Amino acid sequence: MTAFAVVRTQSLFATAMLSGVFSLLSALLLVTLDAVDVAFTEAAVGAGISTVLMLGTLALTSRFERPPSHSPVIPLFVVLVTGAALVYGTLDMPNFGDPNAPAQTHVAPDYIGRSPHEIDVPNIVTAILASYRGFDTLGETAVVFTAGVGVLLLISGLRRRRRKEKEDV
Amino acid sequence: MRHHLILRVVTKLLIGSIMIFALYVQFHGDYSPGGGFQAGVIMAVGFIIYGVVFSLEDVQRVFPPWLVHKLAALGVLLYAGTGIVSLFLGYSYLDYTALSPHHPVHGQHYGIILVELGVGITVTGVMVTIYYAFTSRTPIMDDEAW
Repeated sequence: MTAFAVVRTQSLFATAMLSGVFSLLSALLLVTLDAVDVAFTEAAVGAGISTVLMLGTLALTSRFERPPSHSPVIPLFVVLVTGAALVYGTLDMPNFGDPNAPAQTHVAPDYIGRSPHEIDVPNIVTAILASYRGFDTLGETAVVFTAGVGVLLLISGLRRRRRKEKEDV
Repeated sequence: MRHHLILRVVTKLLIGSIMIFALYVQFHGDYSPGGGFQAGVIMAVGFIIYGVVFSLEDVQRVFPPWLVHKLAALGVLLYAGTGIVSLFLGYSYLDYTALSPHHPVHGQHYGIILVELGVGITVTGVMVTIYYAFTSRTPIMDDEAW
C-alpha cells in the first residue's frame, strides 16, 4: 500500500517520507522473520539515513515530479514481467522454517555448533560476520569506504570547480 | 530552522542518548543484535540530526570534514591492521587467535571488538561524509518552501 502511495504521489517530499515508512514496515517484517540484525540495519539505514539523504537531494533539485514525457505502458510491462518472474522464482523456494532447506543444511549447523566453544559470543551473527567471514566483512568495509570516497570525489570536486568558475567571472 | 524552539530543545536532549545507544550497539554487539555497521549508522545519525536541526556550520565545527575523512580511512586501516598484526604474530591473516595465543576464545573476543570498531568508525565517517557532500552544496530553496 505504501509502495502504491509512493508511485501515485507527485510531491517528492511525500515520496521520500513514504519510502521511509516503507523501510520501517519492512524492518517490522524482518523482525517477524527473526532477523533482528537485518531489521536493525533496515530501520537505521532505510528509514533514517536514506530519507535524510533524499531530502538533501530534494533541496538541491526540485520538489515536484515532472509529468512523464512518454507513455507508461512499456515500463509497466517490464515491471509486470519482472514481478511475475520473481513470483515464479519464489514457487521453488522451500517453505518458511523448513529444516531441510539448503540454507539450514549447508554451513549453518556447523557455525551454530562450533561458535559456542570456539568464539563464545552469544550473538552468532556477530561471530559469523566478524570471525568466520572476516574477509567478507573487510571487503564490505572497503566497499563502504570506496563509496564514501566516490561521493566525495564526484560531488565536492564539482563544487570546487564551480567556485573557481565564479572567481574567474 | 532557527524558529523551531521545541525541535531544537528535543534534539539537544536526544543527541546524547542517540550517541550512547550507538556506543551500546557497538560494544554490546557480541551479546545483542547489532554491531559495527548499525552502530556506525546510529552514530552518524546523531551528527546528521544536529546538522539538520541546527546548521551545517554548527555540526562542521563539532566534527570538521577533515576529521571525518580521516576517520573513514582509519576504520578500514584498523580492520586491515588487525589482520596484519595476526600475520606478524605468525598466524594467518585475520586469525584472532594471534591476539591471545594461550586463550584462543579471548583472542576471538578482542579480534571481534577491534574489527567491529573499525567497521563502526568507517561507517560513521562515510555516512557523515556523504551527508556533508550533499548538504554543503547551495540549496535552491529556503526553509519556508517546505
